[in-house]
Amino acid sequence: MSGIIGRKMATKGILNMNQLLLGSRVFASRTFSSSAKEMTVRDALNSALDEEMSADPKVFVMGEEVGEYQGAYKITKGLLDKYGPDRVLDTPITEAGFTGIGVGAAYHGLKPVIEFMTFNFSMQAIDHIINSAAKSNYMSAGQISVPIVFRGPNGAAAGVGAQHSQCYAAWFAACPGLKVLAPYSSEDARGLLKAAIRDPDPVVFLENELLYGESFPVSAEALDSSFSLPIGKAKIEREGKDVTITAFSKMVGYALQAAEILAKEGISAEVINLRSIRPLDRPTINASVRKTNRLVTLEEGFPQHGVGAEICASVVEESFEYLDAPVERISGADVPMPYAANLERMAVPQVEDIVRAAKRACYRAEKSVPMAAAA
Amino acid sequence: MALSTNRTAINHLLKPLTAATRHLSSSSTATITIETSLPFTPHKIDPPSRAVETNPKELMKFFNDMALMRRMEIAADSLYKAKLIRGFCHLYDGQEAVAIGMEAAITKKDCIITAYRDHCIFLARGGGLHESFAELMGRKDGCSKGKGGSMHFYKKESGFYGGHGIVGAQVPLGIGLSFAQKYSKEEHVTFAMYGDGAANQGQLFEALNMAALWDLPAILVCENNHYGMGTAEWRAAKSSAYYKRGDYVPGLKVDGMDALAVKQACKFGKEHVLKNGPIILEMDTYRYHGHSMSDPGSTYRTRDEISGIRQERDPIERIRKLILAHDIATEKELKDIEKEKRKVVDEAIAKAKESPMPDPSELFTNVYVKGFGVAVFGADRKEVRATLP
Repeated sequence: MSGIIGRKMATKGILNMNQLLLGSRVFASRTFSSSAKEMTVRDALNSALDEEMSADPKVFVMGEEVGEYQGAYKITKGLLDKYGPDRVLDTPITEAGFTGIGVGAAYHGLKPVIEFMTFNFSMQAIDHIINSAAKSNYMSAGQISVPIVFRGPNGAAAGVGAQHSQCYAAWFAACPGLKVLAPYSSEDARGLLKAAIRDPDPVVFLENELLYGESFPVSAEALDSSFSLPIGKAKIEREGKDVTITAFSKMVGYALQAAEILAKEGISAEVINLRSIRPLDRPTINASVRKTNRLVTLEEGFPQHGVGAEICASVVEESFEYLDAPVERISGADVPMPYAANLERMAVPQVEDIVRAAKRACYRAEKSVPMAAAA
Repeated sequence: MALSTNRTAINHLLKPLTAATRHLSSSSTATITIETSLPFTPHKIDPPSRAVETNPKELMKFFNDMALMRRMEIAADSLYKAKLIRGFCHLYDGQEAVAIGMEAAITKKDCIITAYRDHCIFLARGGGLHESFAELMGRKDGCSKGKGGSMHFYKKESGFYGGHGIVGAQVPLGIGLSFAQKYSKEEHVTFAMYGDGAANQGQLFEALNMAALWDLPAILVCENNHYGMGTAEWRAAKSSAYYKRGDYVPGLKVDGMDALAVKQACKFGKEHVLKNGPIILEMDTYRYHGHSMSDPGSTYRTRDEISGIRQERDPIERIRKLILAHDIATEKELKDIEKEKRKVVDEAIAKAKESPMPDPSELFTNVYVKGFGVAVFGADRKEVRATLP
């Protein structure tokens, strides 16, 4: 096993060295695991794909620019050279067509990994994700299972405008028959993608473009090719006792930053990295709220009918008597994503928004003067 | 017209063969060569020969199977009117030759996928009457345990992948099946069936482009019954030459009411795609019923048109005439077969009516293959909860 890791480190040598050298800034803000190995989310995803393709010949990758271009975001880098064009397929720009082809291949027992260049383009193929993939096992009473993964960047990037910035977690997570995962760290990325590829059901795997280049420490266990994380289990990223903050994907990093600021003001925040949007880890969320009695839900996507709305409902249903304050929701603004940098900043949650909401939940807020914007 | 001369020709054949002794046994596999009534119209390909090899046993099987299908669909009509079948019910009577001819040309390792007019394809793939009627009536003995309904019949072990409700979606899915067959180096093919209504769907062309690029063993079968729900083909398609719509993909237009022509075309199609990538087969066929049981089928076409097709082109009648012309069976024997099918269908319905509705716990089964013990909820989540296995 270490031989494989050694070979990988050698081939990726220069890239990793640069990251390690640049890492001094990164190191200062991260807690160490016992191993000093760091890995970007991009490399984590790439290595997970590589290992799963190596372990199971039925796994193949299909999408735009995944092969010769090495991946629009380089997630599939090197896979074409290693596995050949029969297993790494460049498609035309026809999402409805290639998603349907992928689902049909899964019906027949293969294990496709379909890449959407961003999940905004998944809307072109959403009928196949929902009606052809998610519902088939049920409609056929177990005859037709669909072991497929739909993956790609989700949510806002930087300055890409309204049609390229939507978060699809809430839409997909509403649908029975799908599993929806959202990694944050490199360990999440490796463990959850491996679990997704091995899972016999359709999995929507929501990555984040701005996280691809971020480095995180990875344990030796996480580097092992048999590593995987359980689907449906959230992770307590930071323990606390005064307020629970739930988050997924990039927002986990923001929540952790907010928790640092809150700690200096005497508020101990517990940060939950959801990891799995469907199934949602209701037991972990509720246990945390029963401990802290206060909840702030955090997401990048639109607020109405969002992930936070479901978490709030779940907590009100199961842990009402434990709540000492109304549930707070921090989300993207209820508008299409604007381009201008100042408006864009207002359209997504910032760390100060999370801090403010946590203080409100703790009845420690400053008197607020809401910004009035006449539409 | 070609059709009436054909009938006269067969009537002439009947004359010398009315001898008391049987000329050919009905279980004989001695080859008979029959010419298809109409030529194949090709697009960018050399068409197969019009001379189709068959034998008495096969012709009798065609008759038996089509008579059963016809009977089943008519019985489903009555069940729907009796409110034992609910929701949507799309009947295939008139189109039986496509299902039968296709099945005769292929094996159960070849795959078929179709849309919602799927009852007879299910039967042709080896599905049973009891499980069909039970599924239509939403009972637990149904082929999808009552959870699918009319539009969602499947039989994976015989290569039948459903049973799909979204018009056109089954075509990329079928091309995906052929992708998997090629990937796994199987020497098998997929027949992706769709109607003249679905023939205009964008996703069809997206998937066909990839099938052609990657040389996938996919045969696209357009069952052109000339009406997409209530819209005639000339109102829906700028070009209703569906066999040509693949452009760079070759095609063949086939008389879909002639089971032997269908068999020949499907055999030809299978050989072609294993070497050359996709092909389109347009089956010129007709449905006697409306689009579904909610559609009388007479507001957008005349009763004369419907009865005219029944007189001139009915697929079962064609096989009956061939069987009689070659003295493989007598008229009485064929009528007895039809009576027997009626009986078998009635028995299957009676048995299916006794099948119970699915257990309430089935509401929550098969959502996932692996449910991880997650909680799942009914309408009142405080009242009805379960864990997914």
